[in-house]
Amino acid sequence: MAATPLPLQPPQRRRRAAADAALPAAEAAAVHAALEAHRHRPGALLPVLHAVQDALGYVPPEAQPLIAESLNLSRAEVHGVVSFYHHFRSTPPGRHVLRLCRAEACQALGARALEAHALRTLGIDFHQTTADGAITLEPVYCLGNCGCGPSVLVDADELHARVTPEAFDALVRRAREAAP
Amino acid sequence: MRLFVSRDATSRALGAEAVARALADEAARRGLALALVRTGSRGLFWLEPLVEVDTPAGRIAYGPVAPADAPALLDAAAAGGGAHARRLGRLEDVAYFRDQDRLVFARAGVVDPCSAADYAAHGGFRGLRAALATSGAAIVQMVTDAGLRGRGGAAFPTGLKWKTVLDAVAGGCSDSRLPIPESPAYVVCNADEGDSGTFADRLLIEGDPFALIEGMTIAGLAVGAAQGYVYVRSEYPQACRTLAAAIADAYAAGWLGADVAGSGRRFDLELRVGAGAYVCGEETALLESLEGRRGQVRVKPPLPAIRGLFGRPTVVNNVITFASVPAILEHGAAYYRDYGVGRSRGTLPIQLAGNIRRPGLVEKAFGVTLRELLHDYGGGSLSGRPIRAVQVGGPLGAYLPEAQFDTPLDYEAFAAIGAMLGHGGIVAFDDTVDLLEQARYAMAFCAAESCGKCTPCRIGSTRGVEVVDRLRAAREAGAAAEHARQRALLDDLCETMRHGSLCALGGLTPDPVRSALEHFPEDFALRA
Repeated sequence: MAATPLPLQPPQRRRRAAADAALPAAEAAAVHAALEAHRHRPGALLPVLHAVQDALGYVPPEAQPLIAESLNLSRAEVHGVVSFYHHFRSTPPGRHVLRLCRAEACQALGARALEAHALRTLGIDFHQTTADGAITLEPVYCLGNCGCGPSVLVDADELHARVTPEAFDALVRRAREAAP
Repeated sequence: MRLFVSRDATSRALGAEAVARALADEAARRGLALALVRTGSRGLFWLEPLVEVDTPAGRIAYGPVAPADAPALLDAAAAGGGAHARRLGRLEDVAYFRDQDRLVFARAGVVDPCSAADYAAHGGFRGLRAALATSGAAIVQMVTDAGLRGRGGAAFPTGLKWKTVLDAVAGGCSDSRLPIPESPAYVVCNADEGDSGTFADRLLIEGDPFALIEGMTIAGLAVGAAQGYVYVRSEYPQACRTLAAAIADAYAAGWLGADVAGSGRRFDLELRVGAGAYVCGEETALLESLEGRRGQVRVKPPLPAIRGLFGRPTVVNNVITFASVPAILEHGAAYYRDYGVGRSRGTLPIQLAGNIRRPGLVEKAFGVTLRELLHDYGGGSLSGRPIRAVQVGGPLGAYLPEAQFDTPLDYEAFAAIGAMLGHGGIVAFDDTVDLLEQARYAMAFCAAESCGKCTPCRIGSTRGVEVVDRLRAAREAGAAAEHARQRALLDDLCETMRHGSLCALGGLTPDPVRSALEHFPEDFALRA
């Protein structure tokens, strides 16, 4: 019987090419940069995912096979981690992300009413994005601003204290007007 | 002219950045040479944004100030701490601050948190120098003699934990799943401060991160670990930034790395950022997360002290625990042990949060009562209504009624009333709170944050929400039989979760529920 002809590419190489193809070039570059920067670290998966999300705003599902292969993990392991942690998202967020604290200390200062106001005025539920693509609303369980709630975190690093419904509306207006 | 303005997350949220900018702009307009030092917060949040002026008589504080106050503040500063409507004098003379026992937080809000030199100039690294002059076993003995217990919530004796790691390393007890030859053991700091009502870890990291770095380095020397990790939650971007800068400066100044303070000993430290999972505050889930996996709880034994990170013996302690260690090494075990009562030795950084007029950080020796904290320090509720309930120890802590406000803060005294001190967070609620809704929230929070490994927590919490919903419906409808049935079901479910859960998340979620039922039965009772 004739020997089976060798495949033109090793199977691994083929998989990587296929995965890369599914991801736009700019996004693939960000994923490769994240892997390059962190893959040598012990327990590298979280640092890699943080770097990808910091660069792209989310972790594209098409990036998971790339990350898995690079870190010698299964795709299930990578998917399992992305889906386990609240911080990681698999879909692009709106131009601005508002995180509303729902925890007890903020509740004691009116966070339940603020939450109802936010859901009603934005017309969306938590984890959803407004129709104009401006605002994604996320719940968060404590921002460590427990003395001066209710607390809202705008995007990565803009924390607001003592947020009344009126102050929330102002944050929303500013987010809608601001450039991404 | 030297001014100090906090850059901690709460101060920034209250407008400290705008105040700092206004001061710098006004100084530039006047052609003044202004040194604006960005510190952490002193922890008196109702006075933030707070500006302090360096004078020969000490730092004179002004607060809370607004950007519009900048010109008048610079006038007052030029007059050496002169008059201003917001002048507070020295914070050391303000009762809230004066009556505290600031051991761990002695430097927070005073020093530049990103400068190792400033930390050393304020007495830092003396504990590390003492540690370098002695043996690992002697360090462990000192920490044991000081009576320090873990400040993360479980209150486990720190010296005993360190001794277990030291012995495990000596005995070659290690089952490495990854070959990382540079460290036979690890030191891991749990800075995943997820409990609502707590912010001490954040304040320490944003105000005096070198105390943490020094404490972890001492732990490394004690047990023979050359690598440490600080796991900070992603919800704390300012803490992450400050700690990263502090670690970089510690390396640059030779306090970390291959040759710690010229001793020839190695200790490396790395910041790792969490990803929004409350359960990663549980130490084994945290280790899983550090290893790059889902934050699922491990079955104990083996203890992390025997088989922890990457299979190696590992010290896992809270931020405040590590930050307490330098003072013990510097002043001796007896100095630290002299604070506190009973088996709760030393000080506890208490966090006053929720509906409270003067929120902030109160570091006190154990033994102070809830009532003193809520009224003498906190000044009662912010809303002006009576404080009806407080939750101590985070989302897994019990709700306590006014009748229990004379309980002293002491691990054993709290255990005796079926509560726990946890990480020292106190959340005050006024009389508009509905404890049935709080009980429902406890279950909903557990459902949102369960790691899913064990059934009582994963399924029980969801069933718990449903039972409380049915209980509420029966309450509103006045349906007595249905009400009694759901009430019995809830008790039964709490029992199952408490005894059947793998870790404290599922095991303690019944505490807020049961305490609400026990102390506030009127909120669950049938509506007439």
